Order: sequence, then C-alpha cells, then structure tokens
Amino acid sequence: MLTLFSEVKKLFTYTVRRVFSLIPVLIGMTLVVFAIIHAIPGNPAQVILGQRATAESIATLTKELGLNRPWYIQYADYINALLHGDLGVSLRTRGPINEEIWSYLAATAELTIVAMLIAIIVGVNAGIVSAWFSKSWFDYIAMVLALIGVSLPIFWLGLMEQWVFSIELGWLPTTGRENVRDPVAAITHFYLIDTLLQGRPDQFITVLKHLVLPSLALATIPMAIIARMTRATMLEVMQSDYVRTARAKGLSMFWVVYKHSLKNAVIPVLTIIGLQTGLLLGGAILTETIFGWPGIGRYLYDAIGYRDYPVIQSGILIIAAIFVLINLVVDLLYVFVDPRIKYTK
Amino acid sequence: MKVAELAKKTANFSAGIVEEKLTPPWKEAWISFYKNRLALAGLGIVVFFIIIAIIAPIIAPYSFKDQVLADRMLPPSSEHWFGTDDFGRDIFSRIVYGARISLWVGFFSVLGSVVAGTLLGIVAGYYGRWVDAIISRIFDIMLAFPSILLAIAVVSILGPSLQNALIAIAVINIPNFGRLVRSKVLSVKQEEYIMAARAVGMKDTRILLRHILPNSISPVIVQATLAIATAIIEAAALGFLGMGAQAPTPEWGKMLADSKNYITQAPWTLFFPGVAIMLTVLGFNLMGDGLRDILDPKMKQ
Repeated sequence: MLTLFSEVKKLFTYTVRRVFSLIPVLIGMTLVVFAIIHAIPGNPAQVILGQRATAESIATLTKELGLNRPWYIQYADYINALLHGDLGVSLRTRGPINEEIWSYLAATAELTIVAMLIAIIVGVNAGIVSAWFSKSWFDYIAMVLALIGVSLPIFWLGLMEQWVFSIELGWLPTTGRENVRDPVAAITHFYLIDTLLQGRPDQFITVLKHLVLPSLALATIPMAIIARMTRATMLEVMQSDYVRTARAKGLSMFWVVYKHSLKNAVIPVLTIIGLQTGLLLGGAILTETIFGWPGIGRYLYDAIGYRDYPVIQSGILIIAAIFVLINLVVDLLYVFVDPRIKYTK
Repeated sequence: MKVAELAKKTANFSAGIVEEKLTPPWKEAWISFYKNRLALAGLGIVVFFIIIAIIAPIIAPYSFKDQVLADRMLPPSSEHWFGTDDFGRDIFSRIVYGARISLWVGFFSVLGSVVAGTLLGIVAGYYGRWVDAIISRIFDIMLAFPSILLAIAVVSILGPSLQNALIAIAVINIPNFGRLVRSKVLSVKQEEYIMAARAVGMKDTRILLRHILPNSISPVIVQATLAIATAIIEAAALGFLGMGAQAPTPEWGKMLADSKNYITQAPWTLFFPGVAIMLTVLGFNLMGDGLRDILDPKMKQ
C-alpha cells in the first residue's frame, strides 16, 4: 500500500515536472510566431497589402495591427490576448480566429485520426506477417513498398490517387469533405459523428467516401515506418525464450507470436505516434491543399496566399501547440505502459 | 605509422598471434557497403541523378523555359518523351534540369545544417553549463514545430524564393545535427584519453578538432545522407505550396503545383515530376540506411 502511494507520488512529480519543462518551449514558440510578422523586412503592413496599396490603407492596417508601438509592448499585448484565448482577427474574413478555427481543427483531427488508425492497423499487421514469413516474397514486397512509402512525396501520392481513383475509375470524390448540395449540419464538426447523431447513414457513407483518399495519402509514411519498426521488433521477439517455451508446449506458434508482438509493438507504435504527429500535422497541410479538405492546413495555406498574417501566426501556433501536447501525452503514457522506463529524471 | 603498428600488434595479440594483414577501415566499410545490395542500388540511383544533373544541357532535347504554345499538353510521344505542359514546354527537359535544382537544394541545405548544427552541438556539449542550457532550449523550441511548418514560418519571414526555401530547410534541420553532435561530445568527453590530453596541457580547440570532431563524423554522415532525402521532399513541398522556387524554374514540386489543375486533361504533367522526386529520395534513403548499418551498427533498429 505504502509502495503504491510512493509510486503514485513519483508519477505525479514526474508529470508536474514534465509539464513545467514545457513553459520555456511554449514561450519560445510564441516568440517565433510573433517574429513571423515583425521580422519581415520593411513595413509589414506594406508587405501584407502588396505593392498597389494606398498610404491610408497602410496606415489603417499599421494601426489595426498595432505595429507603430515598440515590439515588446506588442509582444506583451499578444501574450495577454493569447492568455485570454484571443487569437486575433483574420484580415481576409474579418472574423475572430478563435471562433473560426474550431471547424478547421475538427476537420483536421478527423482526417488525422483516421489516417493514424489506418497506419497503425495496416502497418503493425504488415510488420508482423513480414517478420513471420521473413525472407518470403511477402516480406520482400512489403519491405520494398515500405521503403518506397517513406520516399513518397505525399502531395504527389494524393494527386496520383485522384487521377486513378476519381478521374479514371470514378470510384471516389476528388475533393471536399461532404456533398456540397447536401451539407452536413455540424454539431461537433466531426462529420462521421455528426451524421450518425442525426441518423443520416446516407450522409455517413458520403463523408466516409470523401475521407478515403486523403486519409490513405496521409497514412502512407507512418504506415511504412510502423511496418518497418514492427518487423524489427517481431524478429527479436521470435528469437526470445518465451516463444521457444511456447513452441515447446506445442502451442500454435503464430498466435503466440502474434499476441506477444502486439504487446511489444505498443512501445514502438507509441514512439511513432509521438514522432510522426509532427509529420502527420505537417503532411495534413499538403494533403488538405490537394483534397480541398477544410482543415487547419488548408486554412493556413489559404492564409499564406492572402498574406493573412494573423491567421498564419495562429495556425502555426495552434499546430505546434497540439504537437507539443501530444508529445507530452505520449511521454506520460510511456511511463504507464512500460514500467521499465524510469521517470525519476 | 606508429599507431598503425601498435594497432596491428594489439590485434595480433588478441587474435592469438596470427600474422595477417589489416584491412584499412575505409576499405572494410566499402566492402560491406558493396555487399549491401540495397545500399548499392541507392548509390546507383544517386549517381545516376548526379550525372543527369551535370550533363543536363547535353541530354535535354529542348529548353526548359521556351514556351511553344502550339504544342500545349501533348501526351508522351517519341518527340516529347514525357509529354508537354500547359505552356508547351517539354517535361523531360524540365525534369532533367530540375535534377540540378533538387540536388543543389538537398546538398547545400544539409551542408548548412551540418556546419551550423555541428558547431552549436560542439559548443553546447563541450562547454556545458549555461551555454548548453541556452542552445539546448533553442533546439527544443525548434523541434516543437513540425518541420514543414517551421520552414513555412521561416519563408514567410524571408519571402518566397528557392534560395529562401533552401535557407529555411537548412534552419529546420540544425537541431537534429546539433543534438546528435552534442550527445556524441558528451560521451567522448568522459573518455580517459580526453582527460589525458587535457592533463598534458592540450588546448580546448585542439582537443575538439583532433579528438572530438573525428569521433562524431560517422553518425553525422549517416544522418546527413538521410537528411538530404528529407530536404529534397521538403523543397518540393515548399515549391508545391508556392513558397519555394518560382516560375519558370523547373523545380519538381513547383511543376506539380503548376500542373495540378490539368489533372483531367494531362495527367502525365503530374506523373513524371513525382516519379523523379520519389526516385531521388529513395536513392538517398537506401544509401543512408546502408551507411547506418555499416558505420554505426548500434543505430540499427
């Protein structure tokens, strides 16, 4: 009982320390994002408005963005606003960014989660089967595919998917998230959930069809990496003592190994989730651009086109913050999943 | 010479005093690289693209920027191997010239991050204390951004151009090399021969250059080879987003962006640039994997 208590205490201290270690990182992130607008050479208002802007419009924007005050006051203001959940106003839509951003975030979350699920399910199983039939034709093909997978530019993969599956075969829609003539009434902005809540299986299928191509494109790289890692872990597991024991007992080898390796795959997969979220979130920008997916990446891409700097800042900040948060969760999960990992330091 | 003899003697001693010729380490590395078929294939691909880049003006049948509007969006044929784009430019010629750009960006951006990262890593690792604390925190912050996002941030500060894309890619890769070298320095610093060197009065810079730097080279080479692969993809991604190369530069990512609206009429305009990116990246990835197995067996997964 006492040891349990001290364990919990240790875990708690670790968690607190890990959370506190984020503070300098978060401050640094806001500085970088703040610098985006202030490090532009020349007058940022001029850059935002372009060459043909009138002097008045430049003066108005300078005032609106508060660019005429010293930078540290602007930074203090910026932090103050952020702490109050205020992300500024989009120059293009004139809407407050913190209200606009939710639907985009939900769209990205839905896409990324589905992509990650595909990557984990296919990747782990491909890795296990590859290792089990190591040096077979399946292994070779799977590993060559995995090698190609990590070398693919996903924006190109997305375009090729559109070409083959939408344009040539006509199986799946090219772009968007829903049927524009029959839009989904948003509740949570997770359309798969929303359509079910409203009892619209027809819309659910439509939404699912829109999800297939972008999520497959996004899943490719993590899938390839997970498959390679799982295969390596599996090859180790198969040489271990307990597998030999299981075999001696006459148990069905495949299932023994399968179960054990699934358990062993948890750690590499966790690592991948942590490491790949950055890649996935970065990849989301490209995937969403190609598939017209109304997510945070598309929001950012459009903002870049319109030089909508407040949105560029907030988009980058939010994505980076999510990335940091997920890494924090993964780090904490490690400790819970694998008792061998020390959390004293 | 003396060191080599000594090494020979030690080797003979431990091997049971059998006289045999020692293979020099680079030759040994080359032999195992040569045996690694995938790595060799990677080297082949990379060399192939380097040659193409060098002799581009000789093999490209057309100019990469001359627009022949009468020949818009022609499908692949014996005249235009990869077809033509929406301005009637020969795609094969553009891809051939594009190899120059991608390799150039990949190589020099990584060179930049290696130099900056190694320097910062050495300083952080060797001097420790607050220097280390500051540099490491900066690395933490940079790694808190998904890399392409940080590149976008850097380009939106500098303005979109191929050169700024190169700088952005160099910047985002600095922490990877910095951390690698820092950890290597920290582990080497504890070795007895460094303490001995210090005891006999060797200066810091000399210790760094003679002992610590050479020890960090092989993991940096491995990491750099793999980083070139990523850099090429990132450059293409920035080009695709309109934040890298600008028209009429035949950068592969930019070519994809320019043609993406013609996917229905002229899919070949999209197919070939992507294949070029994929093959080049695959080449560097295969080579990097192979080098890792040879130079740094501990890094094997």
